Amino acid sequence: MTGAVAHDPGSLLEVIDLRIAVDLGDREVAAVDGVSFTLAPGEARGLVGESGSGKSLTLRAIMGLLPGNVRVTGGQILFRGRDLLADGGQLQQQVRGRGITMIFQEPAVALNPVMRVGEQISDGLVQHRGLGRREARAQAVRLMDLVGIPDPERRINAYPHELSGGLRQRVMIAAGVACEPDLILCDEPTTALDVTVQDQILRLFAHLRDELGAGLLYVTHDLAVVAQLCDSVTVLYSGQVMEEGDDLRSVFARPFHPYTDALIGATPRIDGPITRLQAIPGTAPALQDRPSGCPFHDRCPRATEECAEGRIPFAELDRGRRSACLHPLLPAGLVR
Amino acid sequence: MSPLVEAVGVSQTFRTGHGRTAHTVHALDRVNLQVDRGEIVGLVGESGSGKSTLARVICGLQAYDGGEVRLDGQLLTVRRSREQRRRIQLVFQDPYASLDPRMTIRQTLAEMITVHRLVPKDRLRARCLELMELVQLPASLLDARPAGMSGGQRQRVAIARALSVNPEVLVADEAVAALDVSVQAGVINLLDDLRRELGLAILFIAHDLAVVRSLCDRVSVIYRGRIVEERPTAELFSDPADDYTRRLLSAVPRLDGARTLPTTPARGQ
Repeated sequence: MTGAVAHDPGSLLEVIDLRIAVDLGDREVAAVDGVSFTLAPGEARGLVGESGSGKSLTLRAIMGLLPGNVRVTGGQILFRGRDLLADGGQLQQQVRGRGITMIFQEPAVALNPVMRVGEQISDGLVQHRGLGRREARAQAVRLMDLVGIPDPERRINAYPHELSGGLRQRVMIAAGVACEPDLILCDEPTTALDVTVQDQILRLFAHLRDELGAGLLYVTHDLAVVAQLCDSVTVLYSGQVMEEGDDLRSVFARPFHPYTDALIGATPRIDGPITRLQAIPGTAPALQDRPSGCPFHDRCPRATEECAEGRIPFAELDRGRRSACLHPLLPAGLVR
Repeated sequence: MSPLVEAVGVSQTFRTGHGRTAHTVHALDRVNLQVDRGEIVGLVGESGSGKSTLARVICGLQAYDGGEVRLDGQLLTVRRSREQRRRIQLVFQDPYASLDPRMTIRQTLAEMITVHRLVPKDRLRARCLELMELVQLPASLLDARPAGMSGGQRQRVAIARALSVNPEVLVADEAVAALDVSVQAGVINLLDDLRRELGLAILFIAHDLAVVRSLCDRVSVIYRGRIVEERPTAELFSDPADDYTRRLLSAVPRLDGARTLPTTPARGQ
């Protein structure tokens, strides 16, 4: 059931039955509607969904960066066992930038255009660790080297506009990992980059994860990116978790939920036979028009009448595999 | 017989910077490209490779300073007759920006048809219905405005608008890049259907190699203004010849995660 995720003392992050509402002016609608997942220390989890799935809002809620017309209406976000939502944001304020950091999609927007990149990288160290100027500068050089920026001694004095998109993203990552966070939140950090640069950045994340042992929560619409980088995956649709697996390879090889299956069928492939793509009929519902029952039922080939009724239970169907579907694509031998 | 539309040795340079930083950028460097009737040709490259410049040159939105663009063997410059413009139409990347939010879909379509004086007034209604059917949209949307529509629906409207003047060539510049995967597949399939039904020649410009692979018959890879490789799709993807193509292909993430990431980070540029 929703919210039935057992509290796990060993986890780094636990999101339990998270609900987020967007104010549309005349009414509030649920953009995130009971999302739960956990992340172990050092684990990389992909949070996958299309636009309107609530993936970015979930990430922003963890960081405490929701826009003004959006608020958390229920649930818990436990970071090392302590609820980030409990004390009016004080704990969240404490861990932001130190325990938890966030890498955004557009480095050109997220970086300060009138501040040298070295200062932006070491800013957290000065703020949180009280480092002096010289030490901060030395650390900035070390961090720039860590994220693969060539010639850091010279580039430390550059402004963001003097760097390429890929280097700017590396600067943002360097600033993000400066205080050695336990959790790195990534909001589509490679979507705006060319594929060769994306490849470098994905390798960098894999490297940082090994080097720092940080947990990674990676939000994207791109299944293949998640497949390259993550251990586990949570598939969102219209504000709800459709499917989740501790081993993402098993999910992508053998999806249980018809939505995951449809998404994979609609994704163009770079290898294998060239076949016509399977388009998913209809479009994702707007927040205010989400159907009752399973939000995917009116586009789903397996839907029956009962799919339109009530909340679909989120159940463990196989070891480490959970899905919210009444008619999952189960292989022989597994029964719901 | 000459191909329907072709670029022969097309070059275009831009001057950029001032004073000491002034230099010339070769956006296109002797580019050759052909698209024939009923054919979909992919043009892939990274940002700044010149792919959009080529799209604009072919559509007549951008002058070029070397080579020739030909349609049915006839030379096209940047100054074109209405008839020449009609025959090559462009679909842009962002359907949120390329449609006029104040106009209904019917007005959007009718404007094009009227400007090109293609259909008598009393046939306009029927033509609009025909176009909606062609792009697989419900006729009820004709009196809607873009605001309430999804990205996929808007892009279908943009395609309907391009088709409204019976073009022979469609240039799609990142036309599915802004769409979600579940609707992107539908628009890709639509382009494939249109090529079959109407015998359209489609130049499909994209940075996404997997999308290009799923749609195109032939692919040209452009790098720094030059076409480095031009091959039938299956061949190019299974056995790339050029170094740059190989690098590009090996950087594409795969759904089956077959390529494991080495953890030593590559240096940035």
